[in-house]
Amino acid sequence: MTPSAKHRPRSGGRQSGGSQSGARALRRAVGRGLRAVARPFLSVVSSPAPLRVPGPVSCPVPRLLPLTMVLAALVAPTGPARAQEAVAQYVGGGAAPLRPLLVRSTTDIAILAPALEAFVARTPGISLRYEQWGSNALYDISLAGCEGQTGAADVVFSSGVHQMVDLVNRACASPYASPVTEALPAARRWRNELWGITHEPAVIIYNTALVPAADAPRTRFGLLDLMRRPSSPYRGKIATYDIETSGLGYLFAFMDSLEATTFGGLLEGFARTEAIATCCSNEIIEGVAEGRYLIAYNVLGSYVASGHGPNIGVIQPEDYTFFLSRALMIPKGAAQKDAAAALLEFLLSPDGQAILAQNSLVQRLDGDVSSLSESAQRPIAIDPKLLVAMDAHRRQRFVTQWRATFGTSP
Amino acid sequence: MAEAVAGGLAHRAQRSLLSRVMLGVLSLLMVGGCVVTLAAFVYGRTAAQQAYDRLLVGAARDIAESIDIIDGAPVADIPVSTFGLLALSLDDRISYAVRGPDGTLLTGYADAHPPASGPVPGRDPIYFDARMQGEGARYVTIVRRFSERDYSGRVSITVGQTLRARNAMALDITRGALLVTGLGGLALILGAFLVIRSAMRPLERLAEQLLARDPYDLTPMPEDGPAEVAVTVHALNRFMARLDRQVGAMKHLISDTAHQLRTPVAAIRAQAELALEDDADHLPHRLERLLRRTRSLGSLLDQMLSRALVIHRTDNAPPEAVDLRDVALLVLEQRDHEVLAPGIEVELVIGEAAVLVLADEISLCEAVKNMLGNALRHGAAPVRIGVTAGAATAEIWVEDAGDGPPEDLLTRIGGRFERAAASRGNSAGLGLSIVRAVAEAFGGTLRMGRGEAGFRVTLALPEHSAAPSQGTPT
Repeated sequence: MTPSAKHRPRSGGRQSGGSQSGARALRRAVGRGLRAVARPFLSVVSSPAPLRVPGPVSCPVPRLLPLTMVLAALVAPTGPARAQEAVAQYVGGGAAPLRPLLVRSTTDIAILAPALEAFVARTPGISLRYEQWGSNALYDISLAGCEGQTGAADVVFSSGVHQMVDLVNRACASPYASPVTEALPAARRWRNELWGITHEPAVIIYNTALVPAADAPRTRFGLLDLMRRPSSPYRGKIATYDIETSGLGYLFAFMDSLEATTFGGLLEGFARTEAIATCCSNEIIEGVAEGRYLIAYNVLGSYVASGHGPNIGVIQPEDYTFFLSRALMIPKGAAQKDAAAALLEFLLSPDGQAILAQNSLVQRLDGDVSSLSESAQRPIAIDPKLLVAMDAHRRQRFVTQWRATFGTSP
Repeated sequence: MAEAVAGGLAHRAQRSLLSRVMLGVLSLLMVGGCVVTLAAFVYGRTAAQQAYDRLLVGAARDIAESIDIIDGAPVADIPVSTFGLLALSLDDRISYAVRGPDGTLLTGYADAHPPASGPVPGRDPIYFDARMQGEGARYVTIVRRFSERDYSGRVSITVGQTLRARNAMALDITRGALLVTGLGGLALILGAFLVIRSAMRPLERLAEQLLARDPYDLTPMPEDGPAEVAVTVHALNRFMARLDRQVGAMKHLISDTAHQLRTPVAAIRAQAELALEDDADHLPHRLERLLRRTRSLGSLLDQMLSRALVIHRTDNAPPEAVDLRDVALLVLEQRDHEVLAPGIEVELVIGEAAVLVLADEISLCEAVKNMLGNALRHGAAPVRIGVTAGAATAEIWVEDAGDGPPEDLLTRIGGRFERAAASRGNSAGLGLSIVRAVAEAFGGTLRMGRGEAGFRVTLALPEHSAAPSQGTPT
C-alpha cells in the first residue's frame, strides 16, 4: 500500500549551487522523462489479463478486489529531473474501459489510497491509474498537456494550489457544476473549474524524544525565540521545505510573507540556525522521526498523521495556522471527463470526505486536538490572488531573499 | 327574440371595441417594452463596462506603481491587492504583462499584448477588446516612463480580464429594469383595462336604455355622461325628434286627408245621385256642379300633396342659401295663376340686390304658390308679388287690392285644419297652413294684414348675411 520508493534528492546539508540549473532542467526534461517512464506502464495496462479479477457469475456487480498495484518505483536516477515519483493502479469490477482514468496528484499514494479504493469499489466498470508527482513537475506536465505538447491527465489534484489557480487562469480546465460542488464555500472553488477537496493544517512538528516539552514552540514567536538562543542545540536541526523544488513549500512561505511580519524574523532565524531546506514531506517527517531534525516548520499535518513514528509532536501554531485545501481540476483535454467528475463527486460526498478525514486529509473542527481560535485559522482561499505567487518577478525576488537566507546565492 | 338578437349584437360590438382598444394599448406597451429592454441592455452594458474598466485600470496602475529599477532593469513587485481588485469579478480569468520598451516580456503572461494597432499608449489608459484563450476579454494598457540614471524608457503594463462579471452585471441590470418595466406594464394594462371599461360604460348604459324603450317612445333621452356620449345622445335625440315630427305629420296628413276628403266626396256623391234621379233638363246644371266639386277636390288634393312635400322637405332637405327673387320668378314662370284666374295680371316687385335666406327652394316655392293662389282666388285684382330686404329679415309677400278675409277668420286662418274652408270645398286654410309650416321650419314668421294698397300676406325669414350680396338677378 505504501509507495515502494521515495525520492530524496538532498537529505540534509545545504543546497548545492547546481540546484537552480537542476530545476530548469526539470522543466525541460519533463516531456522526455515522462514518455520514457510511461511506456512500461502502458504496456502493463494494455495486457489486462493479470489485472482483471473476474467476479462470480451469480453476482452482477462483482465484489471488488482492489488491486493496489504499486507497479513501479521508477525514479529518475539522479537529481530532480524526474517524472512521476510513484504509480498505482486500481481496477474495478465489471468491464473496465480500455483506458483507465488517469489521476495525477501530489498526494502520497498511501494516504489517498483508501479514498481511491472506495471510489473504484463503488463505481462499476472503472479502473484508475494514479501517478504521484512533485508539485512543480505536475504543474509543468499539466501546462504542457494544456498546450497540447503531451497528453492530458483526466484529473489533476495538487497541493500547489497557486499553480492550479494559474492553470485554470490559463484556460486549462473544463468546467463542471453540481449541487455538491456548488455547496462548497466560495474560498474553496473558482469558476466551477477548480475545487478544494481537503482541509489540512500546516503544522510545526518536533521530535518528542529530543525536544523538551518546554521548548516545543506553540507559536512562531516561540520558534523565533528558540532560534535566537545563543549556541542553540537546534543549529542545523530545523527543517523546512525547499521552496524552489516544492510548490507547496513555496506557497506556504509566500503566504507566510504576506500574513505576518514574523516571516522576516523566521528567515533570519533560519539563517542563524543554519536551517535545512529540503524537498519532500516524507523526507522531512522521517528526518524528524529519526532525530536528524528536531523541529520542522510548515509541514502538512496530513502527512504527519499517516503512520510515522510515535515520537513526533504536532503543533498547530496558535498565532495563525494555514489550512490548505488541495485543489482538483479536470483538464480541458481530459479524455474521461464523466469519470473524472464522478471522482470529484465522490471525493466531495459525505462518504468521500469521511474517508479523507480518516486519513487526516480533512481535519474536522469538532473533536480535534486543536484548540485554535477562529481568527488563528487561515484557510488559503482558492482565488486569483494566488496568481501573485506565480508572478515571475515576485517569485524571483522571493527566491532571491530565500537564497540569501539559506546561504546559496546564484 | 329580436331584442335578444339586438342585445347580443350590441354586446358583441361593445366587447370588440374594448378588445380593439386593449389591443392598441398592448401593442403600444410592447413597442415601449422593447425600446426599454434595448435601452436597459445598452445602459447595463455601458455601466458594467465603466465599472469594471475602472477596476482594470486600477489594477494596471497598481502594477505600474510597483515597478522599480533594480540593477538597471525594471522589476515589478505586484501587490496582492492588485489581484484582490481583479478578483472582485469573481469568476473571471486574468491576464497581465509588463513589457519593456522593445516589447519583451518582463513578467506576466506571454499572451497579453498591448494593442497592435491604434494610438501609441501614452498618458491615458487604452482600453481594447481581445481574446483570452478563445474567450472574449477586455484589456487595458498603460505606460510608465522611467528616466533613471541606469534605465530610461517606457514600460507598458497590460491587464486583461474575461467578461463574465461584466456580462453578469449587464444582464443583472437589464433583468432588473425588465422586471420593473414588466410590473409597470402589467399595472398599465390593468389600469388601461379598467379605464377603458369604465369609459365604455355610458355606451353600454345607452344601449340598455334604448333597448328598454317602448318602440313608440320617441321622447328625447337625457343628454348626460361624457361629451362623446352626449354628442351621440344629442344626435340620437335629434333623429328621434325628426322621426317624431314625421310620424306626427304623417298622422296629421292622414287624419286631415280623411277629414277634408269626406265632405267633398260626400258632396260629389250627392250631386251624382241627384243627377241620376233628377230630370234630364237639370242634368247639365248638375253635371256642371259635379265638375266644379271634382275640380275643387283635385285642387284640395294638390294642396295636401304640396303640404306633405313641404313637411317632408323641411325635415329632410338641408337648408341652403336661396335668393327670394328667384323664388318669386319661379312661381310666376310656372304660370299656375293663369289656370286659376285667367286674365288677372300679376305684378312682380323685386329689387336689384339679391335677398338671401337659408331655406329649401322647393318648399319656399310651394309656400309662395299657395300665397299667390289664395290672393288670386279670394282677393281682388291687381295682385302683386314682391321681395323686400328688411333690417334682419328677408320678406316675400303677395298683395291684392281686396280687403282680405273677415277679422274673426284672420285669427283662425293658417291653422292646420280649417273646417270652414273645407266645408266650402276650397282649401284656403290648408294653403296658409303650408305657408306657416314653411315659415316655422326655417325660423321665420307668417304675417297677414291690410296695408294701404290692400291685403298683404308676408313670409318673413331671417336674412342669410354670410352670402355675397351681389347676386345676379335672373
